[in-house]
Amino acid sequence: MKNVRRTGLRALIIAVLIGPVLLGVAQTLSAAFGWLPALGERTIGLAPWRTLLDQPGLATSVQLTLWTGISATVIGFALAFGLVASLHGRAMGRSLMPWLAPFLAAPHAAIAIGLAFVLAPSGWLLRLLAAPLDLTHPPAWALVGDPLGIGLILGLLVKEVPFLALIMTASLSHLPVRRWLIQARSLGYTPAATWLRVVLPMMWPQIRLPTLIVLSYALSNVDMALILGPANPPVLAVTVLRAYTAPELSSLLTAGAGAALQAIGVLITFAGVWAFERLIGVIGRTRLRRGRRGRLSGVALGLAQALNPILLGMASAAIAALAVWSVTWRWSWPKPLPEQLSMAAWQQPGDSWIGPLGHSLLFAGVTTALALMLAIAWLETEQRRGASLLAGILYLPLLLPQIGFLPGLQFGFLQLGIGPGLLAVGWAHLLFVFPYVLLVLVGPWRGYDPLLSRQAASLGAGPLRRLFRVKLPVLLAPVLAAGAIGVAVSIAQYLPTLIMGGGRINTLTTEAVSLASGADRRITAVYAILQMLIPVAAYGIAIIAPMLRGRRHRLLREPRYATGD
Amino acid sequence: MPLAIDSLAIQAPGDAPLFAPVTLSVDAGTVTTVMGPSGVGKTTLLHAIAGHLPAGFELTGHITLNGRPLNGLPAEQRRIGMMFQEAGLFPHLSVGDNLAFGLHATVRGRRARSQAVDRALAAAGLEGMGERDPATLSGGQRARAALMQSLLAEPEAILLDEPFSRLDQALRTGIRTFVLDHIRARSIPALLVTHDPADAEAAGGPVIPLGEVAAVNT
Amino acid sequence: MTLLVGLAIGLATPASAQTGDTSGTDWEQTLREAQGQTVYWNAWAGDQRTNAFIQWVGEQTEARFDVAIRHVKLSDTAEAVTRVVTEKAAGRDENGSVDLLWINGPNFLSMKEQDLLHGPFVRDLPNSRYLDLSRGSANTTDFTVPTEGLESPWRLARFVFNYDTARVDNPPRTMPALLEWAQANPGRFTHPHPDNFMGATFLKQALIELTPDPAVLQEPVENADFASATAPLWDWYDAIQPHLWRGGETYPSNESEQQRLVNDGAVDIGLSFDPASTAAAIKQGLLPPTARVLIPAAGSIGNVSFVAIPYNARHTAGARVVANFLISPRAQARMQNIEVLGAFSVLDFERLSDSQRARFEALPDAPALPTREALGKTLPEPHPSWMTRLIETWAQRYTR
Repeated sequence: MKNVRRTGLRALIIAVLIGPVLLGVAQTLSAAFGWLPALGERTIGLAPWRTLLDQPGLATSVQLTLWTGISATVIGFALAFGLVASLHGRAMGRSLMPWLAPFLAAPHAAIAIGLAFVLAPSGWLLRLLAAPLDLTHPPAWALVGDPLGIGLILGLLVKEVPFLALIMTASLSHLPVRRWLIQARSLGYTPAATWLRVVLPMMWPQIRLPTLIVLSYALSNVDMALILGPANPPVLAVTVLRAYTAPELSSLLTAGAGAALQAIGVLITFAGVWAFERLIGVIGRTRLRRGRRGRLSGVALGLAQALNPILLGMASAAIAALAVWSVTWRWSWPKPLPEQLSMAAWQQPGDSWIGPLGHSLLFAGVTTALALMLAIAWLETEQRRGASLLAGILYLPLLLPQIGFLPGLQFGFLQLGIGPGLLAVGWAHLLFVFPYVLLVLVGPWRGYDPLLSRQAASLGAGPLRRLFRVKLPVLLAPVLAAGAIGVAVSIAQYLPTLIMGGGRINTLTTEAVSLASGADRRITAVYAILQMLIPVAAYGIAIIAPMLRGRRHRLLREPRYATGD
Repeated sequence: MPLAIDSLAIQAPGDAPLFAPVTLSVDAGTVTTVMGPSGVGKTTLLHAIAGHLPAGFELTGHITLNGRPLNGLPAEQRRIGMMFQEAGLFPHLSVGDNLAFGLHATVRGRRARSQAVDRALAAAGLEGMGERDPATLSGGQRARAALMQSLLAEPEAILLDEPFSRLDQALRTGIRTFVLDHIRARSIPALLVTHDPADAEAAGGPVIPLGEVAAVNT
Repeated sequence: MTLLVGLAIGLATPASAQTGDTSGTDWEQTLREAQGQTVYWNAWAGDQRTNAFIQWVGEQTEARFDVAIRHVKLSDTAEAVTRVVTEKAAGRDENGSVDLLWINGPNFLSMKEQDLLHGPFVRDLPNSRYLDLSRGSANTTDFTVPTEGLESPWRLARFVFNYDTARVDNPPRTMPALLEWAQANPGRFTHPHPDNFMGATFLKQALIELTPDPAVLQEPVENADFASATAPLWDWYDAIQPHLWRGGETYPSNESEQQRLVNDGAVDIGLSFDPASTAAAIKQGLLPPTARVLIPAAGSIGNVSFVAIPYNARHTAGARVVANFLISPRAQARMQNIEVLGAFSVLDFERLSDSQRARFEALPDAPALPTREALGKTLPEPHPSWMTRLIETWAQRYTR
């Protein structure tokens, strides 16, 4: 009986979270091959693909997508690894989270807007350099919207490095890194060589999934690409979005083909990761048998470490630029600082940011609460063995590109009678919030010492009492962290809000992205800051609350950063 | 003296010195035992000698190995092998690759290297187990493999951190004999930390008590 | 408040008398139906002043007619068109999500051809008596396509350039002069990407000035020799492209972004579909006080912005009330106020009473605001099919 209930609950969770994805994929694929009967399109064939491939600049779009996505992921991985390796065992490494939290929390769009304010030809950086370099005009080159997508790569890096660093730090807590370092150094290997030859291969299985998520995102994001990416042509995801919003009916089919192409591209790079993993396995083992102590590793890791401060400095400047612009009245080029300050941008007629702020808070609050409940239910009903494949499918929404199934999903929802609106947007947010929440909770749940619950049971506590009075309080820190990530994920959603809300639901993010291409940096900055404040506050709570409690309960202090000797 | 330690003292960050200054020397082929109550800092002493002190710890005194001053030298350049309580093999490598990882880089050529690994496996009674996952080895096999890994790196000294304490009584004597014999055969200095008098007896070298600061002063 | 409502209804009555039909009682019926409705007005939201004006309109209609407005902010009007298309595809023929739509040109043609529009309704609006609705007038022709009462006008748009007088002495006023200027000042001019409406309009303005016979542009492109009509344009563009900002490798995504470039001094010339935008931007601190409007010597493209009601709109009555309020002299005068929006009115001043005209005459002035006369000749928009072909051809020629 209990088993039936458990299976039923798990099936329901999968249906709610994966059903829409499959529906969206099915609709997208059928559109890609010309089948959209409700629109009167019933000619099954390759016509949409032909139209897509005939689009000028498509090849450049695809190249650009692969180049920016792959290089952002590879560099991001290297930088995050360098950061983790360099901070390991140091006091700062033990409190890595608070340092990275603002960048982790900041929505992609806000970071992108801030970076554009800094890096654009007329940005802060060149305003500061204009006098020393004797520039009369902003120069005609730029790192924003540049044909090579450097600006986009930088933006992606700012978001990916903290995320990957955090995931890596968490995975290290299960590994006896310090002992390995001692052992390998006593065999004559440098710490850098040890990190690359011993720690990385051990860590990889645990960080493979997050890395693939990062890769998929980097290949398919829309909001950062709109703000920082090249425009002529843009990356594939933006091309697909344009086709999807074009007035001609037939372009919906083209958009379907484009979405499918995007998904195929992501899957091919996944296959590439798989092949690379095998290749590195073989090459690495051969090299390792040779026993060279690898002095070059130090150079490689040192380079990665040296670039981190630059990247994080740039990100900090981006956030500072948002703050300054939001209280600026006039700041003409090339003044290093605004000429006139004003709160005018915050006091728009009718406080028009109030509505979007309310929507953002609503979605973040409701979807995070729901996601936490579902994730805890999922983990509590988990049996130790044989659940891994099923669990893997829950990450599908993060592994598939959003643009690959959301347009189809909107169409599918409409046919089910769910029009664009709060429900559709909230549901779409949940698809992305849940897997991140689960990702954060899985480790702590597995690491939880079952003795505590057993002891509680022998003291007469029932299952609910054991969960609410023992397990959840013990796991408070990870639950709060998962909640904070849930809030950050929901706040950052651009495409799901735009597409599933039919443009009728304005959140801080949709407003910020649409304002980013406008004339007024000041108002854009206001939205970007508001957009950033919510997740930063959530992270603040998640960091500070367990610390306050930890003062009273020494044993609850997380053992994960302990050096292990 | 091959391994010489002169008035070595260690201070944890913001804390009193761990133990009274230690002065000792270990001859090649000798296994000197350091004994003391748990918590006095025996492991820290070994870490200090091998160069693994965590940041923030303060070290005074001098360490030399075969005339080379070691103070300030990175661990990987000290040529000091270590063996731990839990025989540390890298879980992502096969037993053979673990040994190859240790094998000194001066042994060149694929054949020469794999022969060296095979010889070490044979010496450890692990013939044909090169492909095995370390997790499938017994505790005794792991300990022997770990020693071989350390020795293949051709250390000039070896430090043993209660390497036998996790082994059950039946195995302990055999492994201990195996380890100590191999170390003596290399004629390198070795320092054994233990709180088992039987270990000290088997080691046969001098026994140095490590006491708390106040206790030593009396 | 009741007084105001009564006044508005009172104002409505003469309209029915004038047109001689029963729309007066129909209109009262419409007003009753509209009470309590919330109109989802889908409108491009790239301009803060327009957004603020829409908000003001909502406050007014709510107070006067109990009709609230929810501004659905679009970054591209096509988003809303797609939504209606998708809804029709999914069989949602009632209770659609779009009630009112700011629209014109190709989007209008697309919706009209697919029967996605409610109406005709314009002549039912009491305030339509202030409009020149004669055949072929700007208010009944949208990019050469007859509106047939399916969309109601609300603001005039005219293509203009702007520039900073502090930086540019002798700005070019024709396309050939612009080419010479760009060659002399490389990297100092650009235009929005032609995927954007403003970028496409720039290409059309250039086409009208350069094509041998502008009359053919009034016919659908299928009836004309596209290659020969556009050959001078492409020659000219080939010549100017290398001298554009960043070598023509990238373009601002819309005119707002270009205005930002002008403000930053990254380029010297901006463009706009709103002659008042320069004055307004100066007031908002978004352009230097020395910025001025630059009007093409041969006149410039002008068109009218309309509002239309999708066939499946949920709040049709409310949408009609809003469309009617938009063409009231009160709303139009406020719209033309440079301190509010500064968009030129679509009303026929001949049809206004003296007191209504006085509202317009009393509007404040600004140094950067051109007079209606200074704007010169209005060039008609080409048929929408030209724009589509122009964008496609440009993309093929200049997208790598």
